[in-house]
Amino acid sequence: METLRVNNVSKQFTGHRALNNVSISVPKGSIFGLLGPNGAGKTTLIRIINRITAPDSGEVLLNGHSLQREDISNIGYLPEERGLYKKMKVGEQALYLAQLKGLSKAEALERLKIWFKKFEITTWWDKKVEELSKGMQQKIQFVVTVLHKPDLLIFDEPFSGFDPINVNLLKDEILRLKDEGATIIFSTHNMASVEELCDHIALINQSEKILDGRVDDIRQSFKQNIYELTYVTTPVSIASGLPSGYQLLSEVPQNGMTRAKIRIPLQDSPNELLKFAIKEIEVHGFSEILPSMNDIFISKVNQYKK
Amino acid sequence: MNKIKIIILREYLTRVKKKSFIVMTILGPILMASIWVLPVVLATVNTDTKSIQVLDETGLFAHRFTDTETMKFVPVTIDVEIAKNNLLKSGDYGLLWIPRTELSVPSTAMFYSSGQASLEVTSHIKGIMKNEVESLKLEASGIDPSILRSIKSNIILNTIKITESGSEEKSFTEISMGVGLFSGVLIYMFIFIFGAQVMRGVMEEKTNRIVEVIISSVKPFELMMGKIIGVAMVGLTQFGLWIVLTLGIVTVLQATVLDTKQLTKSEQIFTGQGKVLNEDQLKDISAQMQADDSFNMQIIEAITSINYGVMIGAFLFFFLGGYLLYAALFAAIGSAVDNETDSQQFMMPVTIPLILSMVMLGMIINNPSGSVAFWFSIIPLTSPIIMMLRIPFGVPAWEIALSAGLLILGFLFTTWFAAKIYRTGILMYGKKVNYAELWKWLKYE
Repeated sequence: METLRVNNVSKQFTGHRALNNVSISVPKGSIFGLLGPNGAGKTTLIRIINRITAPDSGEVLLNGHSLQREDISNIGYLPEERGLYKKMKVGEQALYLAQLKGLSKAEALERLKIWFKKFEITTWWDKKVEELSKGMQQKIQFVVTVLHKPDLLIFDEPFSGFDPINVNLLKDEILRLKDEGATIIFSTHNMASVEELCDHIALINQSEKILDGRVDDIRQSFKQNIYELTYVTTPVSIASGLPSGYQLLSEVPQNGMTRAKIRIPLQDSPNELLKFAIKEIEVHGFSEILPSMNDIFISKVNQYKK
Repeated sequence: MNKIKIIILREYLTRVKKKSFIVMTILGPILMASIWVLPVVLATVNTDTKSIQVLDETGLFAHRFTDTETMKFVPVTIDVEIAKNNLLKSGDYGLLWIPRTELSVPSTAMFYSSGQASLEVTSHIKGIMKNEVESLKLEASGIDPSILRSIKSNIILNTIKITESGSEEKSFTEISMGVGLFSGVLIYMFIFIFGAQVMRGVMEEKTNRIVEVIISSVKPFELMMGKIIGVAMVGLTQFGLWIVLTLGIVTVLQATVLDTKQLTKSEQIFTGQGKVLNEDQLKDISAQMQADDSFNMQIIEAITSINYGVMIGAFLFFFLGGYLLYAALFAAIGSAVDNETDSQQFMMPVTIPLILSMVMLGMIINNPSGSVAFWFSIIPLTSPIIMMLRIPFGVPAWEIALSAGLLILGFLFTTWFAAKIYRTGILMYGKKVNYAELWKWLKYE
């Protein structure tokens, strides 16, 4: 079951093409990462999904039907450049935006109190937005975005400007929203958070989608048969004893233990490596090394540069 | 519709709660009331009498100088040099020296004072001397001054309008001019001040990216109209408070400061006139009183002759109509540009009709029913100001109806036009916008 589907969307601005025939599919209840270098077209895609910009061609489907104006109230959108009235008080502003999203005043007030308590920002209620730091403003913007409990949440760079503690706070909230049944799309450069949060990703580079799928599948498909062995340090390097075709990538001794990364031939199973190891050394650990999203991102983007 | 209410409320409340609004609301009436009351207050409050020594060597004038509320005349008969030397020590305001001359009728005098002699004192002295000199000259020519005074006449020209219904109305050009100018200029100011507020509000939302969040909840048109209507209500509130506060201040001042003097309203306005009457004892007091009364009556008649129901109704209509017409255009400008400097090129064509109306004020007030006045009060871009200028002079009902109808059509058109530009412009960033670009936005579906 998919919540959002984007079919063959293209968008041309004077002078350059922002999106070229991009399609994505966002399954219901998943966290979908929209990745790509700066200027790849992520924000344009997000703005098309929000009906802020119209695509030149292609269509956007929400829950199987073509996206209508009325659907927008069912989307919570956190723009990259935060938008709040600087001269307005935090509480008044949050109430105002919540009411525009269709909440009654009483309901909005009740929910806001819960969120403000959770984020420990109750004392900000009567402060003007301009008195707050960028990170503080973002917290408020986040609260306002999710307050009306939309089915689809779109966060454009939600973590930029946050300290690590608040990044974790935000991650926990995003995961909790997912558990409550929301579908979440977010764009980011922070690859660690992608591995941590995302079920699915799409990588956009130079206006085109160059990769998409489940995060686990992608990492599997990019694996290079590299394994890590942890063993009691031997006086001589194990490199000389490795079967032919096996390649020792690194060997790091530390506190009597050595961690070695070894690439094995594609046709071989990891058992072959273990068989060899058990004979030669005292094995304390064995695991497969999957490429990080960071590595995949960089290699994919560089590949297209050429 | 519910959402537009929420927007209107926010636009209204944030502005009304601003310090600048409160300051303007309080300062406005104080300024207006002070224009009204200050001269009267000054005239009555400033009662410290100035003591003036009169050294009349001719002996013709001294008895004519009688004390007034503000001036006390003390005849002296010492040598002028000694008097001059004593003046500073005595603490008196000044010394009037009328030197002896060989002429039968003297016409020069000196006034010595420690500071700059006030206009009030010098003109008073001149007036008395002139009267006396004239009387002396008349006597020398064998004419009885009282005969001359009975010949001197004050002509009162009553101008009367004949209306279509056949009834006659007295018209009072000066009062009409004043009322017309005042309302015309007020509308001009309101359109400019509150139109600019709309533009700045739109620009704030655009540059702070607030629209991106809001536009997902409301239609661009609702956002634009909400702002325009909210600001209009701010304008009406300010205007209403000004009237109430001005009346309040005037009433309070009249009750406290002026009531002790037991002056009626018409007398307050013409205290200046009253003073002349007191001082000039040669005149026939009762006749003058009658003339004075009839003049006051006329003023009261003039003030009451203005149909305030029509005036206020027309003012509200043309203020709102003109504001809505221009506010939509200002909103469109605000949406098209990224900062205030860029707005200048689009501001020009919008403000030209407004400024033109101001330039034409003088010409139209001299001929309020001419063809220039007619056309300027019919065309929607200038009609709010010019029609208000004309209405106190009396404008045929069909002209007002035509002007009002066209104004409504005008603001419907500018709103439609502005909405088209607004919905595209508000989400467009980093683009230098020119007229060709705007034309493209207009044609977007």
